[in-house]
Amino acid sequence: MGKRIKRWGPGLLLISPSLVVLAVFVYGLIAWTVKVSMSDEHDALGSKGFVGLKNYTDLFTNDINDRFTHSLKNLLIFTVVFVVGTMVLGLLWAFLLDRGVRAEGVFRTVYLFPMAVSFVASGVVWRWLMNSNTGDDAGGLNWIFGELHLGFLQNSWWTNPDWGMAAMAMPAIWQLSGYVMALFLAGFRGIPQELREAAVMDGTSTFQLYRHVIFPQLTPVALSALIIVGHMSMKMFDLIMSVSGAQWLTEVPAVYVWQALLTSDYAKAAAIAVLLLLFVAVLIVPYLVHTTRAERRS
Amino acid sequence: MRFTRRAAIAAVGVAALLSAAACGGGDGGGSSTKDVEVFTWWADGGEKAGLDGLVAQFGTACADYTFVNGAVAGGAGANAKQVLASRLQQNDPPDTFQAHAGAELSDYIKAGQVEDLSAQYGEWGLNNAFPKGLIDNLTVDGKIYSVPANIHRANVLWSNKTVLTQAGITKDPASLAEFFTTLDALKAKGVATPLALGKDWTQLMLLETVLISDLGPDKFTGLWNGSTDWAGADVTKAIDDFTKLLGYTNKDRDSLDWTDAEKLVMDGKAAYQLMGDWEAADLDTKGFKDYGYAVFPGNGDTFQWLADSFVLPKNAKNPDGTKCWLKTVGSAEGQKAFNTKKGSIPARTDANPGDYPQYQQTAIADWKTAQQVPSCAHGSACSQGFQGAANSALGKFSSDLDTAALQKALATAASQFAKTN
Repeated sequence: MGKRIKRWGPGLLLISPSLVVLAVFVYGLIAWTVKVSMSDEHDALGSKGFVGLKNYTDLFTNDINDRFTHSLKNLLIFTVVFVVGTMVLGLLWAFLLDRGVRAEGVFRTVYLFPMAVSFVASGVVWRWLMNSNTGDDAGGLNWIFGELHLGFLQNSWWTNPDWGMAAMAMPAIWQLSGYVMALFLAGFRGIPQELREAAVMDGTSTFQLYRHVIFPQLTPVALSALIIVGHMSMKMFDLIMSVSGAQWLTEVPAVYVWQALLTSDYAKAAAIAVLLLLFVAVLIVPYLVHTTRAERRS
Repeated sequence: MRFTRRAAIAAVGVAALLSAAACGGGDGGGSSTKDVEVFTWWADGGEKAGLDGLVAQFGTACADYTFVNGAVAGGAGANAKQVLASRLQQNDPPDTFQAHAGAELSDYIKAGQVEDLSAQYGEWGLNNAFPKGLIDNLTVDGKIYSVPANIHRANVLWSNKTVLTQAGITKDPASLAEFFTTLDALKAKGVATPLALGKDWTQLMLLETVLISDLGPDKFTGLWNGSTDWAGADVTKAIDDFTKLLGYTNKDRDSLDWTDAEKLVMDGKAAYQLMGDWEAADLDTKGFKDYGYAVFPGNGDTFQWLADSFVLPKNAKNPDGTKCWLKTVGSAEGQKAFNTKKGSIPARTDANPGDYPQYQQTAIADWKTAQQVPSCAHGSACSQGFQGAANSALGKFSSDLDTAALQKALATAASQFAKTN
């Protein structure tokens, strides 16, 4: 017994501050949020009692104008467009760079650079670019389309009630495609040259080489990219706030949490926050389980 | 031996961290009873100037006490409200805090976090200094809990005089019907969007003024205390009129804030904009002189007000100092010091109009005679929850124009949030 403590005791003692801080400020506060989400703390008065899952069912069945399901619909459109957009563009760029272009370093930097810009800063610029006016009042992208005699391309961008969130995903795609590209490029480079040479020796075409040799080995990278981009999308807040501000058209759960807090509806805000955490957990936990298993195997 | 040394180092490290954390938890404390902490979100611009004016007056009138600025900047008060909520929950209130007068206070009143000031109103002669309509709007269960420092008017229709002259419009429309005729005339003269509008809360302001026109001031006030039915046919008619008005507005309204809509008027792209009277100060600052103003068509002599006010929190550390602050806020000198700098008008009716710029002079004259009604978009008519739900409902309506859904959403919000006196 004493020997075992000797072995891991000092290590445990050293990491204990961070463990305590994590326990209190992450897991403790998650537990507290869950508790608030099951109370009836709907105004500045404080809580009067425990209401179980009522706040959760209310969000789905009893929210004015189905506000919460509307925010989920917005989030779904945003996530699908954002994830598919970054994955496709990132893979395409990585593929092109992998084929061996001149000045690869320059292209890599150019594509990766938008990631260095904060969502708030790029959001302000995209707010102007995605000006929804058309014709003579047009600004930003619509103005460029007008000048190029491509007037039919002018559109209402994020103010479109049905597909506005797809336009909202454009700045996010612009910012993160380069990052996905970097991940894929690292994946391409991680594949031993011998495998390619062996495949070529066996007489594969370029298409077959990528289809049967390279892409299968990129699966772990693709999964990581998917998880990283996907969970960023779920929590999207700053970009939307700086492009449109908080409003019905572009409301996603994270913005709704903030709006509920501003009206002192702590219980509702906590319930949405817990749901958001669950959505992200659904995405991340299987990934964590998968990687732990993979690590144990190797 | 090695183990013990490592363990000792680790233990010392942990202990140091924990004790540092413990020290951080302590409070400054030890404030003398002379300090009066005034909690606001007035941190810059005309608001800060107004507060400074008030503080100077406080220094003269209440020389026994020291002003302590507890301003929390940012987010148009959003940050301050969060800080305030947590301080009130921890039973550590400031000596006084800023809040919109009227229904936005109802949460604090229900929670018993602010004291009744009715006795002080009598003692300081405020019952007669403020107009009766304001006193009625402020009174909850026969008690008054706040002292308003200023008054803004929400139902003002601003216009670009040049655009109106070019379209041959010489007089202000006096009813909604006349307003529609005027808007049609402007459209015929090539003004594509005669009425400039911004996003959700500005749309709520417009809907409210249409409701005043269609329901009259008394039934309008009833919407907020439960005596008028949101599901009624007259509300339906007002929503239809509002829908018709949206047809005259800019299509990109959901992407504009009020200052963007104001710019449409300044640039001559729009003729009219409905906005509160802080627009006068803003237009003056921006050097645009060619503006006209009138009460919203059909509102008659109704004065839709909003006000910043101060309260006496329960368990304030220095209640006597707070009372002296509140007395200063309500006094003629205090109101003058504050409002001439902030660009609003005093809540008292005994102000000297000569001290104020041109727009404020007419507002002061109207304030004495007009009927006062509160505003939901600015918190004097409804609680924060109601306000949030209404803004969201208007935002949805702007994109789908579903009148039935809007009325239902507002009626539901009213049943959830409306204050019941």
